[in-house]
Amino acid sequence: MVGTLPEPFAGWFARRGWVPRAHQLDVLAAARDGASVLLTAPTGGGKTLAGFLPSLVDLHEARESKSPWPGLHTLYVSPLKALAADIARNLMAPVEEMGLSISIDTRTGDTSTAKRKQQKEAPPNILLTTPESLAVLVSQPEAAVFFATLKAIVVDEVHALAGTKRGDQLALGMARLAVLAPGVRRIGLSATAAHPDALAAFVSDDGRGGGVRRVEVSGGAPPAIEVMLPEGRLPWAGHMGLASAPLVLERIRAAGMTIVFVNTRAQAELMFQELWKLNEETLPITIHHGSLEPDQRQKVERAMAAGALRAVVATSSLDLGIDWGGVDQVLQIGAPKGVSRLLQRVGRANHRMDEASRAILVPANRFEVLECEAAIQGVAEGELDGDAPRPGGLDVLAQHVLGVACAGPFLPEELYAEVRRASPYAELSRRDFRDVLEFVESGGYSLQAYQQFRKLFRDSEGRVQVMGERVARQHRMNIGTIVEEPMIKVRLAGRGGGTLGEVEEYFVNGLVEGDTFMFAGRLLRFLRLRETWIEVVEGGSGEPKVPAYAGGRMPLSTNLAARVRAMLNDPATWPSFPEPVQEWLRLQKSLSRLPGKQGLLVETFPRGDVHFLVAYCFEGRNAHQTLGMLLTRRMERMGFQPLGFVATDYVLATWSAQPPTDVARLFEEDMLGDDLEAWMAESSMLRRTFRNVAVIAGLIERHHPGQEKSRRQVTVNSDLIYNVLRKHQPDHVLLRATRADAAGGLTDLGRIAEFLKRIQRRIQHVRLARVSPLAVPVLLEIGRESVRSGEGDDALLAEAETLVAEAMGEVAPPGPSPRRPEPRRVPADRRQGRLSLR
Amino acid sequence: MTETDLCLGGERLVLDAGGAVLWPARKLMAVADLHLEKGSAAAAKGSLLPPWDSAATLDRLAQLLRRHRPEVTVLLGDSFHDRAGASRLGVAERERLGLMARATRLVWVLGNHDPDAPVGLPGEAVAEFELGGLVFRHQAQPGATEEISGHFHPKARIPTRGATVVRPCFVADPRRLILPALGAYTGGLDVQDRAIAALFPRGGRVFLLGQGRLFGFPYQGWAARDPLPAGQSALKL
Repeated sequence: MVGTLPEPFAGWFARRGWVPRAHQLDVLAAARDGASVLLTAPTGGGKTLAGFLPSLVDLHEARESKSPWPGLHTLYVSPLKALAADIARNLMAPVEEMGLSISIDTRTGDTSTAKRKQQKEAPPNILLTTPESLAVLVSQPEAAVFFATLKAIVVDEVHALAGTKRGDQLALGMARLAVLAPGVRRIGLSATAAHPDALAAFVSDDGRGGGVRRVEVSGGAPPAIEVMLPEGRLPWAGHMGLASAPLVLERIRAAGMTIVFVNTRAQAELMFQELWKLNEETLPITIHHGSLEPDQRQKVERAMAAGALRAVVATSSLDLGIDWGGVDQVLQIGAPKGVSRLLQRVGRANHRMDEASRAILVPANRFEVLECEAAIQGVAEGELDGDAPRPGGLDVLAQHVLGVACAGPFLPEELYAEVRRASPYAELSRRDFRDVLEFVESGGYSLQAYQQFRKLFRDSEGRVQVMGERVARQHRMNIGTIVEEPMIKVRLAGRGGGTLGEVEEYFVNGLVEGDTFMFAGRLLRFLRLRETWIEVVEGGSGEPKVPAYAGGRMPLSTNLAARVRAMLNDPATWPSFPEPVQEWLRLQKSLSRLPGKQGLLVETFPRGDVHFLVAYCFEGRNAHQTLGMLLTRRMERMGFQPLGFVATDYVLATWSAQPPTDVARLFEEDMLGDDLEAWMAESSMLRRTFRNVAVIAGLIERHHPGQEKSRRQVTVNSDLIYNVLRKHQPDHVLLRATRADAAGGLTDLGRIAEFLKRIQRRIQHVRLARVSPLAVPVLLEIGRESVRSGEGDDALLAEAETLVAEAMGEVAPPGPSPRRPEPRRVPADRRQGRLSLR
Repeated sequence: MTETDLCLGGERLVLDAGGAVLWPARKLMAVADLHLEKGSAAAAKGSLLPPWDSAATLDRLAQLLRRHRPEVTVLLGDSFHDRAGASRLGVAERERLGLMARATRLVWVLGNHDPDAPVGLPGEAVAEFELGGLVFRHQAQPGATEEISGHFHPKARIPTRGATVVRPCFVADPRRLILPALGAYTGGLDVQDRAIAALFPRGGRVFLLGQGRLFGFPYQGWAARDPLPAGQSALKL
């Protein structure tokens, strides 16, 4: 087969002792036919080289036969800036060794102005970039010239991009490139994924998968995954897995280089701290997560590459990307939450395809033991999970429409046809397109107020044009679909005190002077809030807080949940569990019931002054939170006086002043209808979603020319905008986009709908005298879950007001034998985690 | 606590949870910082915000007027977001102000955002308004007493169980009262910011706006004796 590789490539392979792999030749053949390719392969399969090989051959042949390629030939897009830079380095090696005359360059947000200018004048043959930088490039008037010579687009990590807003942006960018450079072929590189058709559609130039050849690299050695339990008692609850720290350290000691994956940044901080408490040999162990300063992260990455580390405690910030090499094992602390995600992480160890990757799962509690076993089964059976990509966001489309206008005039009909060739927008309705266009033009408001401030106008030929260079410049400063929570920098006080990273503003809101918290692997004491940063000093005492991050947790995947349910229901599988888990399940079976494979087990029991209802839904935390909100509203109407609820990935528990009866009625299918709208509209989750949508769509600017410093003063708070818009134009396109976003993501409405349908007439209500074994973990979660503040809460304020007044001696505290207070009505958005178990 | 009584310069004042202060003895109501046409000001700079902010703000004002039927209504400055704001005001909003002016005497105190009298609108424009020993001005003056003002858009953070609640608020001590902003698009400045704290060297009270009621908390303007240039994050309780 080597014969099919032209020189000097065949010789180069031979000199390295390599044989071109079948998929590399397949991709090459497809490219020669001008076809697009979706290449799926496990990590370590030589995907990247396969993606570039056709371009290298093409560029080489062009030079041999006629003249060097006159400009840009191949555009490589990756989700990570670091990946672009790393690939550039890796690509230079073969290019230089084969003596090819091919120019390669990167273009990301970090690229200097001088270099950008240089690239504009003399484009490299191969340009490595990110979806955001591509969006900037296509928004420039020179785009038509710059991309005219483009032959190929290589998209890396397609599985990580499709279905995200960055993926939407990239798909729109590719649709644009198909117009600027007709006939451009595409190669998508992907890990094996649950929805290959959707990925093929993403790569295709008709947005529907047409003409895409699929090349699959199967096999590779199956990963070797085992479960490791902490010594001593198996914890009932908690997600941090700190009890396993001694064993984790032992494993680190026994291997060369370990990545210790955790599920949240908070967990990373705590596990890191715990390991260092035990790390008497001072093994080089460090920490890596998304809110550390980029400098610090890069330092860690360089140390990893240099082999100077023994372990790094990491969040999903290390899920993707660069082949660090030399990673001997992966430890996953806490449950993996999904098979695909576990495989991605496991693949970080040992980037050679034919050797088994080694991974150890470290469950943090009993339910997680079940989940880990289920995940290992899922891996063995190759059952991947993950939702099918959702339709593209209208906010991203709005950003793109303005970007296209910034590059040059367009006809709305033509642009509509063009964006529908991007797979996320293949089903885009005419109405949505029209509304998005009107939004970009002049706000899209039913009240025609801004004619004089239009961003776009239509010329006499019906073409849409941008209203001047100022609008274009402003737009380019705000391109991108990653919207950060408002962040506050963390700085060490004193002269030369460095910046450690950033924490979310709402975490800072909860801090008072002297509070200690854990960040960047250090124990810090909070001193004060300054303009846009907080000052801290190292050290301090007292119970440290840990910054929690919104959306930091992945919910349990549907497939994995089904497996856990099946295992629970089938005692024949139990012998594979450790003895404490088996005993726990046996007790549950004898004292209550086991959750069925299909229906829903609901237990009710009194405890203290209140009545608990525990529903074993197994639909993941996000769905359970929404469900908890709806359920407590309904309980309120039925007179049970609900007091609060708590949700885990497996279980939802409520507590109320009255014993809940007629449980089947509580879980009726119409539950989704009645309260959902009302709750959603008021929820802080929807407001947060609106903020993201408004920023991406360009309603709220992140950057404004010349106003960097006074951002906080010039922006109007998105909550205020939301309030006004919701009242006056509830069907505005941005509110529609907001609701569409919210229906997926944090509320998981689809999953709840499926669930309610599945359990109808299959609800088993078990009345118990006391808590059941299976219910213990969720009850232990009560009070542990900290809840993000909603948009204020009068009940909380009233309580604080009374407490303060008592403390100041302004009012008398309640007498010695107070009447038991009436259960207080608690606003729906704040109900969770109200009761502490005494 | 739908309404909260307050004593300033020997006069009894009433705070309304809608963000207004009432002086029953004089049948007077004051509100601050309407920032009308802030939306269109942002639009002129390229952010096409929903254009109903003036309407929403006037809704609030109209509600207060209906509830209290004052003879005099003092608008404490920054009634318009910028000098040209009054001229951008929509026809409907203009008419509504006209109707209001028939029911109450409108007094436009001028502010830093709107230093000129609004053209073509009813009511009188003044730099400051004095009545019965009280002075109504846009921005509080250090050392002044018996003073009612706006300008700062004060808001307070109250740590409660589980969450810190942030709300617009009144700030008061026996000498002066600062009103929260009434505008639909107006943000806020933390009362712990030095700019506000310096005006209350001996502390005072804050009254946070709630649904139909106010929440009162002691306020220590301790930033005044704090050597740090910037404010602190949380209210000391």
